[in-house]
Amino acid sequence: MATYSTNEFRSGLKILLDGDPQTIVENEFVKPGKGQAFNRVRVRNLRTGRVLEKTFKSGESVEAADVMDTDMQYLYTDGEFWHFMLPDTFEQYAVGQTALGDSAQWLKEQDICTVTLWNGEPLTVTPPNFVELKIVQCDPGVRGDTAQGGTKPATLETGAVVKVPLFVEEGETVKVDTRSGEYVSRV
Amino acid sequence: MADWRPSATSARAHRARLNALLRAFMAERGVLEVETPVLARGAPLDPGVESWRALAPGGAAGYLQTSPEYPMKRLLASGEGDIYQLARVFRGEEQGGRHNPEFSLLEWYRRGFDDRRLADELLELVQTVAAAHPRWLRPQPEVRQVRYAELLGDAFGLNPLTCSEQDCADVAAQVGLSVAGNLDRDGWLDALVSLVLAPGFEPDRLTLVHDYPESQAVLARPSVEHPGYALRFELYWGDMELANGFHELTDPGVFLSRRERDIERRRRNGQAIPEADRFFALAMHAGLPDCAGVALGVDRLLMRLLGAARIDEVIDFPWGRA
Repeated sequence: MATYSTNEFRSGLKILLDGDPQTIVENEFVKPGKGQAFNRVRVRNLRTGRVLEKTFKSGESVEAADVMDTDMQYLYTDGEFWHFMLPDTFEQYAVGQTALGDSAQWLKEQDICTVTLWNGEPLTVTPPNFVELKIVQCDPGVRGDTAQGGTKPATLETGAVVKVPLFVEEGETVKVDTRSGEYVSRV
Repeated sequence: MADWRPSATSARAHRARLNALLRAFMAERGVLEVETPVLARGAPLDPGVESWRALAPGGAAGYLQTSPEYPMKRLLASGEGDIYQLARVFRGEEQGGRHNPEFSLLEWYRRGFDDRRLADELLELVQTVAAAHPRWLRPQPEVRQVRYAELLGDAFGLNPLTCSEQDCADVAAQVGLSVAGNLDRDGWLDALVSLVLAPGFEPDRLTLVHDYPESQAVLARPSVEHPGYALRFELYWGDMELANGFHELTDPGVFLSRRERDIERRRRNGQAIPEADRFFALAMHAGLPDCAGVALGVDRLLMRLLGAARIDEVIDFPWGRA
């Protein structure tokens, strides 16, 4: 069982806390000139996304979390599970709704996603930063309105709804930033 | 990577100016600048301070100083008068926004002073220096002076001499603080002061905390007026600890018994036990004159004067790029 001492703490380190894998977001060393040293850390729970502050007596050890980011190709969903594949070994992983979270709305077959594994099991799925998706439903475009800043909702082929400029038409393909959920451009 | 570059370019000239002002302050008061070894055969045993070990190619071992206290006290014991030193010191793996393992201390000793009189001189020094440059920040002229017992008593109703670890853990839990790892009473008190109380100190005000529990006395003499406490003070500027001072312990018997206690604590904590400094022990037996001493963190003072958020902004080559 691998462990980390507080003096190895740095942002990005994956540790096991309260039974969940967590990543260190921030680590602050606090010590009175002649007294006990502490590490104050902010950790993000990789399962729930919650950010918490924790204080350790310096010198304490924490169990390492066996967490690994892997690039996998999204294959298909059977309604209950979303299936991914490691492109080099063809090894397949089934991801449930909980682990997938909001990422489901951006998944297009063949796209390469980051699947985070914890002890070999899928923990979270991060879609590509940018995806290109077809609009399946939106109100008709308004001609000659390209300079105005107005937007309208558009439903994409994956079910996601994004705000697009008024001139964009149903059937067109648009580029979306999955981190913000915002429209970037027409393709 | 640009790691070869210095990190404190905008603070460099300010540091030079500050060092000159500190020396001038001492010179005006007739305090003599001295130099003592950075590398010594023995080290302090205080569990709160860890020394770097140095190894010579031939196998001889020594320690980098954590402060120039021992050799400066040997000078005093030999008959020297008021003395000061701008020293480079080294402590453990202390690294962070306010810590670099190598840093600068202004340490000075005044014959015949007690802790209160030396604390006043320290305040005068900080205010004088802060007023010397139009672009430097200045603390409020009024200083908050508080006894350690009041600080803990007023905030949490804790008596620092008698509270249990559980009492401390309970009040910590009330303010949302839990600490992973076993803490003894003094460890808990450190947690409450450093993580809860100091962060609430008024940002531009100097706070002087007086009379620490004797269990945290290090080399401060016991208080006669307040049994169980020692004549030790700490200066904070805002939430940042800047200086630590003592009415110095001169009783060699008390020195030896505290050293035994420190060795015991180190053993309990699983800390390394360095070689004790036998020359210092001999000087304590020969007799340290009545005096008070204080050590001021120069890098941190500079941080406050310039409003710097991180110690890297005032040290050109911090440990990551040293």
